[in-house]
Amino acid sequence: MTAVLQRVGRVTLSIVQEMGRMLIFLLSTFGWLTRPPFRLFQMVKQLHFIGFKSTFVIVLTAAFTGMVLGLQGYYTLRRYGSEAALGSAVALSIIRELGPVLAALMVTARAGSAMTAEIGIMRITEQIDALDTMAVNPLQYLIAPKIVASLIGVPLLVALFDVIGIYGGYIVGVDLLSINAGAYWNSVETAVEWKDVYGGIWKSISFGLIISWICCYKGYHTTMSAEGLGTATTEAVVLSSIMILVWDYFLTSVLL
Amino acid sequence: MIKLVNVEKAFGRQQVLRGVTLEIPKGKLTTIIGRSGEGKSVLLKHIIGLLQPDRGEVWVNDVEISRLRGKALNDVRKQFSMLFQSAALFDSMTVFDNVAFPLREKLRLPEREVRERVDEKLERVGLAGMGHKFPAELSGGMKKRAGLARALVMEPEIILFDEPTTGLDPLMSNTIHRLILDMHRTFGFTAVMVSHEIPEIFSISDWVAMLEQGRIAAMAPSADFQRITDPTVHEFITVGGTVSLKH
Ligand SMILES: Nc1ncnc2c1ncn2[C@@H]1O[C@H](COP(=O)(O)OP(=O)(O)OP(=O)(O)O)[C@@H](O)[C@H]1O
Ligand SMILES: [Mg+2]
Repeated sequence: MTAVLQRVGRVTLSIVQEMGRMLIFLLSTFGWLTRPPFRLFQMVKQLHFIGFKSTFVIVLTAAFTGMVLGLQGYYTLRRYGSEAALGSAVALSIIRELGPVLAALMVTARAGSAMTAEIGIMRITEQIDALDTMAVNPLQYLIAPKIVASLIGVPLLVALFDVIGIYGGYIVGVDLLSINAGAYWNSVETAVEWKDVYGGIWKSISFGLIISWICCYKGYHTTMSAEGLGTATTEAVVLSSIMILVWDYFLTSVLL
Repeated sequence: MIKLVNVEKAFGRQQVLRGVTLEIPKGKLTTIIGRSGEGKSVLLKHIIGLLQPDRGEVWVNDVEISRLRGKALNDVRKQFSMLFQSAALFDSMTVFDNVAFPLREKLRLPEREVRERVDEKLERVGLAGMGHKFPAELSGGMKKRAGLARALVMEPEIILFDEPTTGLDPLMSNTIHRLILDMHRTFGFTAVMVSHEIPEIFSISDWVAMLEQGRIAAMAPSADFQRITDPTVHEFITVGGTVSLKH
């Protein structure tokens, strides 16, 4: 009995400790962000990597998500004779939920895992130590640009996802299933409110933070071995994805 | 001057340093020898504050650095540069940018001067014309030399060399030793070198110290070091020349 209690206690303590470390990691990174030199070039480079290089995956995911929503929505709505509402069904589900969540999951898989691997390799091969010895703070030089780029990049990718997704629904609904084009756009326009768009923006910004925070932290604390790197990458992707879904539920319940 | 007092360090259950006390004279070249896995690299990392001792003190120019953090530690590190055993080149940058990195970051020199100094150092380590390559495209020995160029380019007060010649052919190894000695004479920095190059180190070092079982087993001016009669030390520095595996 005491053994069980002891173990529960130890695990709880280590979780709390890890959470504390993660928070300190984030806060010190933001601290370094306010101090010169400002790594503008690094930020642009990271924005290119996280943002621009993810566009293809995002466009592809968004197009098929929109198209499948168009199909499903059409056959469900037709039962009630309200196919004309397809536009609003597609647009609302994408702007409120699927856009931010799916885009964030895709960015985690593509850019987040790469971030962890990159930083982890730099840790194992002592490149982070080398930065330290040259009196260049690794949080400022390596981590801060990634977090900023992610805060800017993810919302932009989500916006792209929304547009492409809604257009995907249009292609299926209007071009394949011959709903009236005017009815589709009209239904999108009347259903979507600014509140929905703001909600999506808040979600995507916080997802951007979650991804870069967790993935950078896991890479930065990679232990000295090749398995260490694999474990770090897996943990980063799994934890980011779960946190995205949990946080999504929380935000939705607050925003609604 | 660098001084370690009773430095102890363990990784998990493995006790690596068991009370290292060591005084490294200013402006001299001190070489640390010892068996592989003995903790020489760990010792160097304590001197530059990359690792913190579990117990004991590390003094650099009258500052106890083992509990320093943040800006205070950064200020101490500005007096240092270090060649890592693994070279630790930034693999996202070319060799040129690697060597230029400390000049651009720490000294903020104008680009023309950066170019001059980097090209000069690359030439001296035998990497002239290799500046555009990425670390992944270099051989192990070339990486080591690029790392050496990066350590030497700053001309700081203290330079730590972790096995500068391991993995180099004898000729190149000779060139590197001469380069280090030459730079040392010109700039008068304090040098701490870890090396397995026995007996060459005796002709280039001012002092030699041996790490054995987590402590400094012996330290002496290099001329005297070869006359030490302590059996483990004696065996370590002579065995290379006497044992033959051929029958
Ligand atoms: N970051 C670390 N985490 C855990 N153990 C470590 C770490 N760094 C070093 N060690 C352990 O400390 C011991 C000493 O390592 P160190 O690299 O200092 O040896 P060394 O004397 O430099 O050997 P070599 O001559 O082969 O380079 C080794 O057993 C190593 O496994
Ligand atoms: Mg070593």
